[in-house]
Amino acid sequence: MANGERDLEATLAAAMATDREGGAPPKRADQFLARRQRRVAYGILGPGAIYLVIAFIVPLILVVYTSLQSGGLLSGGYSFTWAFDNYADAFSSSKTFFARSLLYSGLATLLAILLAFPMAYWIAFYAGKWKSTLFFLILVPFFVSFVIRTVQWNFILADDGLLFGPLKSIGLLPEDFRVLATPVAVVSGITYNFLPFTFLPLFVALDRIDKRLVEAAKDLYASRFQAFLKVVLPLSFPGLFAALILTFVPATGDYVNSTVLGSNRTTMIGQIIQTKFLRQADYPEAAALSVILMIGMLVIAVAYAKALGTEDSTLAAGAL
Amino acid sequence: MSAVVVDEAVAVDRPPLRTKRKRWTAYILPVFTGVMIFYLASPVFVMILFSFNKLVGQRQIAKFTCCTLTWWGELFAIPGLNQAMKTSILVAIPAAIIATALGTTIGLALGRYSFRGRGPTNFVIFLAIAVPEIVLASSLLSMFVLAKTPIGYGSILFSHIGFSIAFVAITVRARVQGLDRSLENAAQDLFATPFRAFMKVTLPLILPGIVAGFLLAFVLSLDDFVITNFVGGSVNTFPTWVFGASRIGVPPQVNVWGTILFVTGLTVAGANLIGSFRSSRKAADSG
Repeated sequence: MANGERDLEATLAAAMATDREGGAPPKRADQFLARRQRRVAYGILGPGAIYLVIAFIVPLILVVYTSLQSGGLLSGGYSFTWAFDNYADAFSSSKTFFARSLLYSGLATLLAILLAFPMAYWIAFYAGKWKSTLFFLILVPFFVSFVIRTVQWNFILADDGLLFGPLKSIGLLPEDFRVLATPVAVVSGITYNFLPFTFLPLFVALDRIDKRLVEAAKDLYASRFQAFLKVVLPLSFPGLFAALILTFVPATGDYVNSTVLGSNRTTMIGQIIQTKFLRQADYPEAAALSVILMIGMLVIAVAYAKALGTEDSTLAAGAL
Repeated sequence: MSAVVVDEAVAVDRPPLRTKRKRWTAYILPVFTGVMIFYLASPVFVMILFSFNKLVGQRQIAKFTCCTLTWWGELFAIPGLNQAMKTSILVAIPAAIIATALGTTIGLALGRYSFRGRGPTNFVIFLAIAVPEIVLASSLLSMFVLAKTPIGYGSILFSHIGFSIAFVAITVRARVQGLDRSLENAAQDLFATPFRAFMKVTLPLILPGIVAGFLLAFVLSLDDFVITNFVGGSVNTFPTWVFGASRIGVPPQVNVWGTILFVTGLTVAGANLIGSFRSSRKAADSG
C-alpha cells in the first residue's frame, strides 16, 4: 500500500507544484495556464497510459501478428508469413461454434433484459426509501466468484439436484427429465451470470429519468401504460443499448457456462479458442479465431460508442 | 426520493374520501422483484448450505444431507486449494494497489484537464472494458509467448493490473467530473495554494471514488477467471483451481472458502455503504 500511495502522492505533488506556478493570475495568463495544465495532465497521465498501452494495445497488435503466423510446434515453431489462410481455416472449421455462441448469447441477452428491466423499473420508480437496499441485495450474490456461482448452478440443475430431485420424487417430472448438459442449462447459466451487466445500466438510465415527466404525461391524460410507453421507454434507450452491449459481448466469448453446465454438444467458440490456445498450442488458428471474435464485437461496441460516446455514464456504470 | 413525489401525486388525483385500495396489479412488480432477488441469491444459499453437507466421499455431489462442520474444520486439508487461495491473495493485493495508483492518476487527468490525447485515452479505457475478456486473454498470452516471457505469477499480476487500471480510472473519472470545481477555486480564493486546495478539498471529495476503485480492482482480480486461465500456465488462483476441479467434482472446502470470501466481501461492502451513507448525511446536515 505504502509504495503505491507514495508514488501517487509524489506524482500529484509534482503535478500541483507545476500547477502552482501558473495558477495565480487567472485571466491574463490563460494560454500560459492552459499549457501548464496540459503539462500537468501529461505528467500524471503518463505512467498509467504507458501501462495501458503495454497491457492492451501491444497485446491486441500481437494477437493479430500471431494469427498470421504459420508452421508447427514440431517443425521448429511458428513464424510470421502473412498466413491469411488461417482465417479461412479458422472460420470454416468453427462456424457452427460461432453461430451457436451468437445464438446462445443472443437468447441469454434477451432473457436478461426481460428479467432485469421490470425489476430496474420498479426499483428506480417505486421503491422509495428501499431503493438502495434493494439495489444492494441484487448485487450481493455477485460477491461470490463467477466460477463458484456456476458450479452451484450445476448442483441446482443436476438431474437429482435440489430443484429437480424433489419434483421428480413427487412425480411432477418424469424420471428422465434433464436440464443439465443441455442448451437450456447453458443459456440460463449465461443469463444468470451476466444479469448484473444488464441490470446496472438499465437501472442507471431509469433512475435518472425525471419522475416529473411521468406526472406531466399523466396530467396530459396519458394512462399509466401510455406514459410508460411514450416517456419512460424512450428515455431508457441509452440504458437498454448499454445493457445489450455489456451482456451480449462478454456472453459471446464465455466458456465457463458451456463447460460447467453444458455437454460436448453445447460447445461455444470460447471453448474452442481456449482448447486451441492452452491444450493444442495451435496459436495461429486460436489467434485468428480471437481476432474474428474481436472484430465482430468491436463493430458492435464502436457503433455504440459512436452513437452515445465513450464517456456516457450509463455504460461506465454498467461496466462497474 | 422522487418516487415518493409520484406516489403523492397519484394519491392527490383520487377523491379524498374514498378509501385508497391498491389494485392487485400494483403487486406484480414488487413480487417479481422479490422473486428475482431470491433467484439471484439462490446459488449463494446453495453454496452456504453445501458447506455443511454430509458426504460419503471427498467430492461434492448434488444431494444434500444435513449437517456437518467437518469441511469448516478441514478447511486447509487440500494443498492445491491452499496454494491457489494464497496465489489469489498475493495477486489481488499488489494488483489493486498498483492499479489504484495508476488508475487514479488517469482518472484525474481525464476528469480535470483537457489535452490532446484525451480522446484516445478514453478510447483505450473503453476498449479495455468493451473487448471480450477471452480476446484480451488470448492477446496477452500471444504477447507472452512471442516475448518468450515465463508464464505464471508474474504474467498473472501484470495482466490483472492492466484490466484493473481501466476500471479504477472510470470510477475516479466519474467522481472528478461530478466535482464542483468552484469549491477548489474558493479554497484558492481563501489563499490556499493549489496543492493545499487539492489535498484539503479535492482529494477528500474524490476519496470515495478512489476507495471504490481500489475495492473494485481487488474484487475483479480475486474473481478473474478467463485471463488467469490463459496467462497463468500451471499456476492456479482460486477460480481457476475450482474450474479445474469442477470436471471431477469440487471438494466441499470450496464452498467453505466461497462462504468466507462472501461474508468478508459483504462486511467490507456494508461498512463502505454505511460509511458513505453517514458522510453524505453529515454533508447534508452541515450543508
